[in-house]
Amino acid sequence: MKTKDLISESYSALTVNKVRTGLTMLGIVIGIGSVIAMVSVGQGAKNSIEASIQSIGSNLILISPGSTRGLGALVSSGRGSSQTLTLEDGHALDKQISFGHTTEMETSTRGQLIAKGKNTNTRVIGTIASYTTVRSLEIDTGAFISDEQDRTSAKVVVLGPTTRDDLFGVGSEAIGQTVRINGNTFRVIGITKSKGGSGFLNQDDVAFIPLTTAQHYLVGGSYLTTIAVQAASSDDMPSIQDEVNSILLQRHHINDALQADFTVQNQADIVATASTITGTFTTLLAAIASISLLVGGIGIMNMMLTTVTERTREIGLRKAIGAKRADISSQFLIEAVMLTFAGGALGVVLGWGISAVVSKFAGIAANVTISSVLLAFGVSAGIGIVFGYYPARRASLLNPIEALRFE
Amino acid sequence: MIECIAIKKTYVSGDMETPVLKGVSFTINDGEFVAIMGPSGSGKSTLMHILGALDTPTSGDYKLDGKSVAQLSDDELADVRKNKIGFVFQSFNLLSRTSVLRNVALPLVYAELPEDERDARAAAALKAVGMDESRFHHLSNQISGGQMQRVAIARALVNDPSLLLADEPTGNLDTRTGDIVLGTFQKLHESGRTIILITHEPYVAEHADRIITIKDGEIVSDTKNPHVRSIKI
Repeated sequence: MKTKDLISESYSALTVNKVRTGLTMLGIVIGIGSVIAMVSVGQGAKNSIEASIQSIGSNLILISPGSTRGLGALVSSGRGSSQTLTLEDGHALDKQISFGHTTEMETSTRGQLIAKGKNTNTRVIGTIASYTTVRSLEIDTGAFISDEQDRTSAKVVVLGPTTRDDLFGVGSEAIGQTVRINGNTFRVIGITKSKGGSGFLNQDDVAFIPLTTAQHYLVGGSYLTTIAVQAASSDDMPSIQDEVNSILLQRHHINDALQADFTVQNQADIVATASTITGTFTTLLAAIASISLLVGGIGIMNMMLTTVTERTREIGLRKAIGAKRADISSQFLIEAVMLTFAGGALGVVLGWGISAVVSKFAGIAANVTISSVLLAFGVSAGIGIVFGYYPARRASLLNPIEALRFE
Repeated sequence: MIECIAIKKTYVSGDMETPVLKGVSFTINDGEFVAIMGPSGSGKSTLMHILGALDTPTSGDYKLDGKSVAQLSDDELADVRKNKIGFVFQSFNLLSRTSVLRNVALPLVYAELPEDERDARAAAALKAVGMDESRFHHLSNQISGGQMQRVAIARALVNDPSLLLADEPTGNLDTRTGDIVLGTFQKLHESGRTIILITHEPYVAEHADRIITIKDGEIVSDTKNPHVRSIKI
C-alpha cells in the first residue's frame, strides 16, 4: 500500500467521527500546550532573574561579611549578619588589587522616609561616587553623590524613581525638596533612571546617601555590608578574586581560608546558582505538565482500542480484499500519529497563547523557543506511536473470518 | 480454474476434534456459475473460506488457476485474495460514510494503482452492475439495500478476479431486490465471469447453472441445473 493512500485512508477514517476525534485530540492539545506554556514561563522567569542579576553591573566580585567563627564557637554566624567588613578593608582592597578595577563600598539598611506627610519604608544605601560606574546606575535628573559630599558627610539623597513616586507623586519634580530619613533632614539632589524589576526585585525602590553620612547618622560604626570590585576585564576576574581573598585574610589575621569571616562571590557564580534554581523549577513545572500529556496519550490508546473493536468488520473486509497485516497495522498507527500530531500542533498554538497571556499579565517575558516546539512535535508523534502500537497490532492480528462475522 | 482435491478441515479445541469438511473434491471451470447449497452446519461456510483463501484446509489441496494455495502464509493468502478473488457478503460490508466510488475503489488501493486509474476502473465496475453515475458520489449509507449489494458486487469485480465468491448475497434483501442482485450475477456470468454462490435457499441456488449440495461436510450431489431461473434486468 502506498504511503499517500495510507495517509488518505487514515484521514478519512478520522473524519468519520469528528466529535470523538476532536475530544481525543483535546487530551494531547492540553498536554502539549501545558508543557510548552510551563517551559516557556520557566524560561522567561529564568531570563528575567538573570537579567536582573546582570543589571546590578558587570564583571563584579561581591564581598560581604559573614561566616565568622569565634573561638570555641561551633556555629558560624550567617553571611551578611556580622560586622567584619570595614571601610579600611575597602580602601585597602582598592589600593592593593594589582589588576585594573573600580571599587565601590556600601552599607545598606532600611529606613523610614518622610516627605510632606507621605512616608515610605525603603532600602537606604550609603555609598560612594563610584557606585554609578560599578553598578551601572544611570541618573535621570540631577546628580549622584560626589566624593566631596561623601568626605563632608553631606545630608543629600538620590532617590530611585519608585521612591520618588511614593513620596512626591508619580513623575513629579523632586530635586531640591527635603526628605526626612530616621529623623534627619536630607536634600534631594538626583533621581536615578529606572532599572526595572518588580516586587522584591524592584531595584527602583531605593534611596542613596553618602557612605559617611550613613555611618554617622543611620548605622553607626565604620562597617560595610558590601564591597563590590569591578574588574576592567572579565579575564582578570579569577586573579582579582584570589587577591581579594588573600588581602582580606591577611588583614583579618586568618590563616585558614575555611575560617574566613567574609564571603567573596563572583557574579558569574550568582548567575549560575540562580539559573540552577530556575532550571529546577522549569523541570518541575514541565514534569507536572507532562502528566497531562501522559493522560492524553492514554486517551488516544483508549480511543484507538474502541475504534479497533468498532471497526472489526471493516478490518475483516480490508483483509478479505487483500490487505496484509502491515497494511492494517500501519493504517491504525498512522491514525494515532495523525491524531497526536494534529493535537501537538494545536497544543503549540495553545501553549504559545498561554505564554503570551502570562507575559502580558504576570510581567514575565515568557518566550516559546523553537526547540520546545520541535520537542513537543517529537513527543506527540512518539506518544502516537507508543499508544497506537498496541491497538494497531491488535487490529492487524484479527482473524479475517471472525472479524467478518463480528456483530 | 478451481480444483479441490480431498479437502478436509478439522477444528481442534482441547481434546475435541470436530471434522467440518470430510474430503471434498470438485472442479469448477472458468466461466461457470455454481451454487453451493446446504443447510446451516453443513460446512459450506468453511468451504467458502477455503475457496476464498481466507483459510487453509487441514489436508487436501486447493488449486486456483493451477497454483496451490493450500499451504500459504497469511500474507501470501492476502495476495491471492487481492489478485484473484472478489467477495460479496450477506451484510454488504461497505465502509460507512464513505462515497460509493471510494468503496468500490478500495481493493485497488491495496493493489497500489494510481488514483485516477482506480476511479476509472471503479466507475466501469459500477456501470457493469447497473449503478447510475449520479449515485457514484453518494455516501454508502445513503443508498438502498439493493443498491448497497450491487456496490459490493462492483467492489468484488473491480480487481478483475478469477473468481467471484458470494456468501448468501440475497440474505438481507427482499425478494424483488434479491432478484435484481441474482440477475446481476447472471449478467456477469454471461460476460464470462466465474461465480460461486453460497446459499441455503433452493430458490437462490436455482439461478445458477450447476448446483453442488453439501451436507455434514460431504458432497451429496453435484448436478447441472436443468431449469435455470433466468432473470432479465
